[in-house]
Amino acid sequence: MKKQVIMIDGNEATASVAHRTSEVIAIYPITPSSGMGEFSDEWSAKGKKNLWGTVPLVIEMQSEGGAAGAVHGALQTGALTTTFTASQGLLLMIPNMYKIAGELTSTVFHVAARAIAAHALSIYGDHQDVMAVRQTGWALLSSGSVQEAHDFAAISMAATLKARVPFLHFFDGFRTSHEVNKIFQLSDDDLRSILDEELIRAHRARALNPEHPVLRGSAQNPDVYFQMREAVNPYYEAVPGITQEAMDKFAQVTGRHYNLFDYYGDPDAERVVVIMGSGGETVVETVKYLASKGEKVGAILVRLYRPFSVEHFVKAVPQSVKSVAVLDRTKEPGASGEPLYLDVVNALVEGRRSNIRTIGGRYGLSSKEFTPAMVKAVLDEMKKAEPKNHFTVGINDDVAHTSLDFDPSFIIEPEGVVSCVFFGLGADGTVGANKNSIKIIGEETDNFAQGYFYYDSKKSGTVTMSHLRFGPQPIRAPYLIELNQANFVACHQFSFLERVDMLKYAKKGATFLLNSLYGPDEVWDHLPVEVQKDIIEKELKFYVINGYEVAEKTGMGGRMNTIMQTAFFAISGILPREAAIAEIKRSIEKTYGKRGEAVVKKNFDAVDSTLANLYEVKVPAKITSKITRRQAVPAEAPEFVRNVLGEIIRANGDNIPVSAFPVDGTFPTGTTQWEKRNIALEIPVWEPDLCIQCGKCVMVCPHAVIRHKVYDEKLLANAPETFKHMPSKFKEFSTGYAYTVQVAPEDCTGCTLCVEVCPVKDKAQVGRKAINMEAQPPLREQEAKNWDFFMDIPDLDRKLINPSTIKNSQLLRPLFEFSGACAGCGETPYVKLVSQLFGDRAVIANATGCSSIYGGNLPTTPWAVDSKGRGPAWSNSLFEDNAEFGLGMRLTIDKQNEYARELLVAFEKELGKEFVDAILNARQDDEAGIDAQRERVAELKKRLGKSSDNRAKDLVSIADSLVKKSVWIIGGDGWAYDIGYGGLDHVLASGRNVNILVLDTEVYSNTGGQASKSTPRAAVAKFAMGGKGMPKKDLGLIAMSYGYVYVAHVAMGANDQQTLRAFLEAESYDGPSLIIAYSHCIAHGYDMAKGLEQQKLAVQSGHWPMYRYDPRLAEQGQNPLVIESKEPTIPFSQYAYNETRYKMLTQMDEERAEALMKEAEHDAKSRWTLYKQMAAMHYNGNNKE
Amino acid sequence: MTDLSTTYLGLKLRNPIVASASPLSKKLDRAKKLDEAGIGAIVMFSLFEEQIIQESLELDHYLNRGAESFPEALSYLPDGGMYAVSPEKYLNQVAGLKKAVSVPVIGSLNGVSKGGWTNYARKIEEAGADALELNLYFISTDPDMTSGDIEDMQVDLVAEVKSAIKIPLAVKISPFVTSIPNFVKRLVDAGADGFVLFNRFYQPDFDLEELEIVHSLDLSTPAEIRLPLRWISILSGQFKTDFALTSGVHSHTDVVKAMMSGAKVAMMASGLLHNGEQSVDQILSALEAWMKEHEYESIRQMQGSMSQKSVKEPAAFERANYMKVLGSFRDLP
Repeated sequence: MKKQVIMIDGNEATASVAHRTSEVIAIYPITPSSGMGEFSDEWSAKGKKNLWGTVPLVIEMQSEGGAAGAVHGALQTGALTTTFTASQGLLLMIPNMYKIAGELTSTVFHVAARAIAAHALSIYGDHQDVMAVRQTGWALLSSGSVQEAHDFAAISMAATLKARVPFLHFFDGFRTSHEVNKIFQLSDDDLRSILDEELIRAHRARALNPEHPVLRGSAQNPDVYFQMREAVNPYYEAVPGITQEAMDKFAQVTGRHYNLFDYYGDPDAERVVVIMGSGGETVVETVKYLASKGEKVGAILVRLYRPFSVEHFVKAVPQSVKSVAVLDRTKEPGASGEPLYLDVVNALVEGRRSNIRTIGGRYGLSSKEFTPAMVKAVLDEMKKAEPKNHFTVGINDDVAHTSLDFDPSFIIEPEGVVSCVFFGLGADGTVGANKNSIKIIGEETDNFAQGYFYYDSKKSGTVTMSHLRFGPQPIRAPYLIELNQANFVACHQFSFLERVDMLKYAKKGATFLLNSLYGPDEVWDHLPVEVQKDIIEKELKFYVINGYEVAEKTGMGGRMNTIMQTAFFAISGILPREAAIAEIKRSIEKTYGKRGEAVVKKNFDAVDSTLANLYEVKVPAKITSKITRRQAVPAEAPEFVRNVLGEIIRANGDNIPVSAFPVDGTFPTGTTQWEKRNIALEIPVWEPDLCIQCGKCVMVCPHAVIRHKVYDEKLLANAPETFKHMPSKFKEFSTGYAYTVQVAPEDCTGCTLCVEVCPVKDKAQVGRKAINMEAQPPLREQEAKNWDFFMDIPDLDRKLINPSTIKNSQLLRPLFEFSGACAGCGETPYVKLVSQLFGDRAVIANATGCSSIYGGNLPTTPWAVDSKGRGPAWSNSLFEDNAEFGLGMRLTIDKQNEYARELLVAFEKELGKEFVDAILNARQDDEAGIDAQRERVAELKKRLGKSSDNRAKDLVSIADSLVKKSVWIIGGDGWAYDIGYGGLDHVLASGRNVNILVLDTEVYSNTGGQASKSTPRAAVAKFAMGGKGMPKKDLGLIAMSYGYVYVAHVAMGANDQQTLRAFLEAESYDGPSLIIAYSHCIAHGYDMAKGLEQQKLAVQSGHWPMYRYDPRLAEQGQNPLVIESKEPTIPFSQYAYNETRYKMLTQMDEERAEALMKEAEHDAKSRWTLYKQMAAMHYNGNNKE
Repeated sequence: MTDLSTTYLGLKLRNPIVASASPLSKKLDRAKKLDEAGIGAIVMFSLFEEQIIQESLELDHYLNRGAESFPEALSYLPDGGMYAVSPEKYLNQVAGLKKAVSVPVIGSLNGVSKGGWTNYARKIEEAGADALELNLYFISTDPDMTSGDIEDMQVDLVAEVKSAIKIPLAVKISPFVTSIPNFVKRLVDAGADGFVLFNRFYQPDFDLEELEIVHSLDLSTPAEIRLPLRWISILSGQFKTDFALTSGVHSHTDVVKAMMSGAKVAMMASGLLHNGEQSVDQILSALEAWMKEHEYESIRQMQGSMSQKSVKEPAAFERANYMKVLGSFRDLP
């Protein structure tokens, strides 16, 4: 039978085997392994069966810890069970992993190996997570490519069933999990041949069963625990043999042969590199290349890392070897070497090969590029008499000088490989089109092919890079296409030319395809100097296509995918034109057919219109341009921003030396202001003649790019000519005050929420509001100057502002600005409000998720400082522990405050009773009180500053704690409802003064919209493909049950005043406060500009009742619950069916959609009824009678 | 025995009450109830090409939006390709309805593109519809577009659809046509087997507080019968094609009026939505009683009996009718 060849990524390759060989799958989203769970969920939802003809049961858990627990239970009761995870998720599984191994239970966990959050979080690949479980007693099997991920998923299953030792099968996150490569697919019959059915039944026979009960999980004492721990030894000794046996059997079935340790290179090698994971491919290819040039080098790929078979390893090392270098993709600070290195050192000693000189080094942390040049650097180092040990490669370590120099011009790209690099705008379809192209090339031609995709960490307006390679031989190059190596470079967005150096990838004579508004005769003069220079010097063939026009005419909107794909095939000639177009159309049918004929048609139209708009440009001989590429950050930016963050923005982060960085992950705040992204095509323009100065546009702006100020009108003397202003209508600031609403033109994302919220309509032309959108480019320069002038106008003194109205509160400067959140984000207006109201004294604990990414992902971060240098101090610990993390902050503040007060009393004599009493008894319930206390504390520091008394020094060091602090614990519903709920509950129960803000998007937004317990019934989400069958958890109700927790349920779009009031009240409450804030989200599937409107409907339908529960009212004998929304006035469906997440269920399963919608309707009504009854309860005497 | 039967588009109906395109046909159980209550035929709710296109493009847009942009979230909605955004749902409903009821089922199509009209018409025929009703709907806002342009376009379209299908074709037209008889003539020549008078339109309204345009469709009132009554009276004697009267049919007397104007069937939606499916039975009983009382033997007997051709004063349906109304005042004592 012909082998089935497919182009898929590592996650799908792995899940395809895992799903077919499992009965129960417990999942939880974590990058980069989420894809495996998503595939499994989707396949089961579609009724795809496993090898034994039954659909695996897939369940999402509340955390990876929960998933491991469920897996453990399912295994104990005999199901073939698996899970998928990475990084922190794997760490959360450790306790259960010990149990599962201790009980000798057959299972395979599949891990897309990823970095661990230390000084910073990273979603990218290395082996830190896997190395953190090497002690649990699990077998660790490493695959280094998409094919291996597919194959080893099967081999590990076969081996665990026989060995009874659980297997962790891992591959490199992103590099393998997300790389698309051509693989031979394992058929069901292949898998059946590999797996021993009797062993599966043996696994079931060991299950807990009351028909023949046993007990497992006993507690033991010093007399026997040790012995039983040793009793498993024979099983571990058998694992290498069993695994090799499984590999051999696999080879018989498939023809692909693997060994526990695979040796490549010169059989008489003297220098050998030992490595595991995807980097092994690079080492093997480099070694083969060098060996072909006569170098005596080799490579050993470690497949089975645990149990580490000394015997097999030593056998794999040729007798000729004199020197071994072990490469670890992990970092173990303080160890005498990284784990694989130590294993090899030990193996060579125990295996009587200690004559071999062994060195170890680190590479590739957080998916750092690992190239043949780096491998060569290692091999070259080994030649030295005194080679560096514990080295690093791939970075410039100018601090500890661990790094090896490497020569980036060393390239081993084999003949015949075609390399293509594509630059696209996030969501413009570039990546999807390239995935499709490489699939066509891989599946429809004899070529082998590889696709790898690189994304930015901002959520909108980002640059994507697609690296495609294809050629007659299998592509084993798990690294990006290197500089000067691409045969084809495509730029899918013209505006990138001024900020991204794309042609550095092009080799001489390469082809450059540009999506251009300008035709072949006029484009040249619109190119920056640097681009013209590269085109001329590299003798590039230059093509333009006006994809924008084609997209406009064919209804493709901003999607360039099929247009640029067609142009690529037309120019590259990989397939004959007609055949290529037929293939593109076939894949359009396949991809979009289910979405309807209209979608297929517009894509077909785009394909058909492309060729007529594709032109080769006659390249002039001379550089003529007057345009130069823009600087990443302006020259006036601080040094650190220029030299470090600016370099990261310039895509030059790889070359920044170690010394340039902080040692402990500490960064200055307020850096987004230097990264002008210019991503809005249209920006809001203020019309003073209509404006009523309500401040709603300022409040709702997700990116803090629209602001208003009241200021001394004399300041207008120096205003730029186009600076708009009007007399202030604020009653507190009227005579002599001017008022301006100003937009930051280069930071705006063009979301239009400000226009939507503007309540004013021109009476003569209702379509015109006090804010309207206009094209950005003509306004950019002028408004940038106006913005600078506006920002130089001093902010009003906070003491003068009563923040209880929207317009006043919005005079407070946002200390959260220009974040990387999606355009129109529903979360950030709340976050920004916290920064305005309390930012100058706020400490923030931020759960991992969207808010930690747009709040803290490099290069620049949005938390900012005011004119006095004060602002939120922000940190992200983990996903699961955020409530506790924030509580810890509160505890420090409380403790230090207490200690400071004790010390103050002790220093009463020196400081004077009156002064001490003033500090101790200061009222800090408003800005004036806080300001006065700040002045006293400053005075205190001054007075004690020169004292040599240690207690005085102590008091100075903690004196800031005497000024009221505001602790905010912020995160999404995935954290609050699921993974962090236990901690959140405990923190609420603690009674401590913390403010918890839950940005409730009703899904795990950051990882792509998986269901959480906040997801409403009837909504479709990932991991709930068939529509969520259970209602949304009522977190507010649970919190109210404590009686002493302030709880508010708010929706800014429905009632911004209620939101403002809730934030002020929550913060003023001296106890735990919980604000649950409705946050519209890209994952809901509707126009984000209508987010506020949709929030109103959510409230009107009863889905999102607005209320405040203030325990202080109960103390006053009143009912603490005040409902601030009306009884449902519209059906839930009227709200829900504006959103794709609900509507798509009607398109998938109308009957289920109807049934769930009916129940969801009931959910909304019954919740309302319950609240109504609660709010009507008699509270006289605080219910204490 | 009073004979209530009639024919429409070549179909034999047990009586002239037809459920017009409405949500009633969206549910099989409601359609069954209509059948049990004695309905003569059922016109399906309309397949709106525009809606299919809209839903399709919308789904595509939201599945693509934000996708392949951010490394942790390569999409934001699950895309298992399990949805059906196509006429399939509608076509399945046609087939389902055909199985569920004993009376003829007439498909209804509201298209926007040339290809869409013929393609969907063919599919509705394949799904088993006994006839097809084309719902012509066009709001002209372009001053350079003449009434002739629009009529040409619609005539072409009817011809094209007619050539694509074998089942009978009725055309539901708008009253906003300068010369209805001429337009009907052209459509007859293009192949129309019948006409449904008239299409009711969603008319925009203003919300004066929010200064926004709002859309709502009110159920028809009995007074609305007069417009189609006049035009069927004028047309039925001049053309051999069938006419269906829709709008304002709420009672048995409305049915009688429709028949007398020359309509072969009277279509109801608002009345059924308001009074329930079982009201068909009541109207039929009342109709039969009325006919007995007035000594009519059959529906056929009354069909066209008061059409322009049949009445003593043909001018009553023309402009003179207007004069008459105005001139009908009397000096009261």
